[in-house]
Amino acid sequence: MTMIRPAIRTGEHFFNGDVACAEGAIASGCRFFAGYPITPATEIAEAMSARMPEVDGIFIQMEDEIASMNAILGASCAGVKSMTATSGPGFSLMMENFGLGIMMEIPAVLVNIQRGGPSTGLPTITGQQDMMQARWGSHGDYEVIALSPCSPQEMFDFTIKAFNLSEKYRLPVLVMADEIVGHMMEKVIIPEKKDIHLISRKKPAVAPEEYLMYQPEADHVPPMANAGDGYKVITTGLTHDEKGYPAMNAEAHEKLIKRLCDKIIKNRSDIIEYEERYIDDAEIVVITYGIPARSTLRAVKDARNAGIKAGMLRLITVWPFYEEKVFELAGKTHALIVPEINNGQIVREVERSARGKTKVIPIRKFAEMHTPQEIFKVIKEVSK
Amino acid sequence: MIHSEVHPMDSLIRKDRMPHIWCSGCGLGTNFTCYLEALKKSGIPLDKCVIVSGIGCAGRAPGYTNIDSYHTTHGRAIPFATGLKLANPELSVTIFSGDGDLFAIGGNHFIHAARRNIDINIICINNFNYGMTGGQFGSTTPLGSKTTTSPYGNYEHPFNLVYVAAASGAVYVARWTTIHVRRLASSIEEALLKKGFTFIEIISPCPTNFGRRNKLGEGLDELKYYRNHSIIKHFIDPKEADLTLNGEIIVGKFVDIDKPTFLDNQPDLSQKQDNKVTKT
Ligand SMILES: Cc1ncc(C[n+]2csc(CCOP(=O)(O)OP(=O)(O)O)c2C)c(N)n1
Ligand code: SF4
Ligand SMILES: [Mg+2]
Repeated sequence: MTMIRPAIRTGEHFFNGDVACAEGAIASGCRFFAGYPITPATEIAEAMSARMPEVDGIFIQMEDEIASMNAILGASCAGVKSMTATSGPGFSLMMENFGLGIMMEIPAVLVNIQRGGPSTGLPTITGQQDMMQARWGSHGDYEVIALSPCSPQEMFDFTIKAFNLSEKYRLPVLVMADEIVGHMMEKVIIPEKKDIHLISRKKPAVAPEEYLMYQPEADHVPPMANAGDGYKVITTGLTHDEKGYPAMNAEAHEKLIKRLCDKIIKNRSDIIEYEERYIDDAEIVVITYGIPARSTLRAVKDARNAGIKAGMLRLITVWPFYEEKVFELAGKTHALIVPEINNGQIVREVERSARGKTKVIPIRKFAEMHTPQEIFKVIKEVSK
Repeated sequence: MIHSEVHPMDSLIRKDRMPHIWCSGCGLGTNFTCYLEALKKSGIPLDKCVIVSGIGCAGRAPGYTNIDSYHTTHGRAIPFATGLKLANPELSVTIFSGDGDLFAIGGNHFIHAARRNIDINIICINNFNYGMTGGQFGSTTPLGSKTTTSPYGNYEHPFNLVYVAAASGAVYVARWTTIHVRRLASSIEEALLKKGFTFIEIISPCPTNFGRRNKLGEGLDELKYYRNHSIIKHFIDPKEADLTLNGEIIVGKFVDIDKPTFLDNQPDLSQKQDNKVTKT
């Protein structure tokens, strides 16, 4: 008989990022995975197909990514934490119904192991080219939460973080990883169950007759009744009022859109996480996220050794974007350097946030990670 | 005649959402009432009943139903419902949606959910066009029919939905029209109580769009047409049940079989640890 592994595999492992992500999901209580195979995210589906039956969860390989996105939303509405994982082409297919999740306020986690695009692009090679699609890929006005891991350990940790944020703020949360993080193998430490902090969605505290589907509380988030709980849920992708009833007018639309945005914007300080290194006296700051952060740290250390006052701001939460911090840094530095594995996406946010107060220099790289030397070279040139 | 303030279906309807958006003469109101009647008669606890739709005139039904209801995006009711059902097998999940929603934009989901034998019920309102968007042709529009995007007559071959459903693996397949209220209601009830992927097609008048452009008269005229031109042929090969503009309408139950569902076939790993499905 095969050994059944526990839900939380406390201990030290040697995992690739995709597998670490699957284990993070299971440790978060995820018991429904729907997906469609795509490189470099396939290993997440493979891991989930082996693991879900072990933990009494459901793995379903859907007919496409549109179906996968919808299936996880449906499963979450039935009260089960749910996840899907994909890469560029599949991410594009998920966008319409990612918007449904935003509109219906359904917690779920969508993982994108990015590869080069557009179109089929570079199936097996890395990229950070979907960062703006993560922000604006579905139609309409809305706010998103996107996390950017830079190691297998963070694939585990941030998947848990993503589930917690999705349950707390009732929206599908994005884990924007990349092929390198997905495929690299490193040590991953899984803590004991008691040390894993989990959040579950707020449930209605009132009787079904008094419950309004979309009546927010002080945090702008409405409590959520699941299907089968007896609350006679009514929900639609149409603009709706507090009852969940369609409301086809400008006032209702403005009210809803503002609240959907406010629940993220007004809770930014709770949502945004970042890492600072050598920032206090820094004259040059490299703003980074995801895998280039690892070369960046080395480059910044080399710069310090060479007597250059360089620092690093690593965005853990890329969306919402930490504009106040970037503006503050812009006011006290010679330059902000932004290495990305794309043609310059988040650098636009840095420029916007810096509001002309400092130089903003992108380091564009395609389909491979920056070397520390490449980043160091730019720091050195700027410091002259 | 006894007049009462309370309509027998009142408890199943969200009265504060009336009046509904459906045109007068439309078949949807009658089809919807048949569904509600079946729901009531089935005896399934209403708290465990869920109705899901995509987008379209038919897709507005969930918003009027006083049970858990999900009005999703165009074409995506089936995968959404799949998630609901698999995550909580106690739920009785029914989709009430249009022909375009379920077979044009959502056709791929239909065949795969049927193949997997997901235990959900599909009620497809076939009005031969896209009613909601003003009457364009779709995947069930008969050859030669006029719609706003087939002004010279539709030059595409339509799907025979009951044939598609049977070939894809549905365990229960039936077709009725809006005039067959009693047979339709009991067929829906049967489907609700049946385990596995069930499919019921309802041929339904859309007098505002399809009916008007093809000179089928008022809604009532279409119902008369259904009465005079439909033939009940239970268990014939659904392949033989093609529909044409102004032709006969074969109705009845074509498939009623049993086979294991997606959930029945899940691997059973004994020696379970303390891992039971954790509700959130
Ligand atoms: C992705 C997408 N494409 C197009 C539409 C526009 N649209 C709304 S309903 C509909 C067709 C509905 O036809 P059907 O499913 O037959 O329902 P009916 O209105 O006839 O009941 C279309 C094309 C949409 N809402 N979403
Ligand atoms: S457009 Fe057609 S299907 Fe839609 S409500 Fe009117 S008659 Fe019914
Ligand atoms: Mg239609």
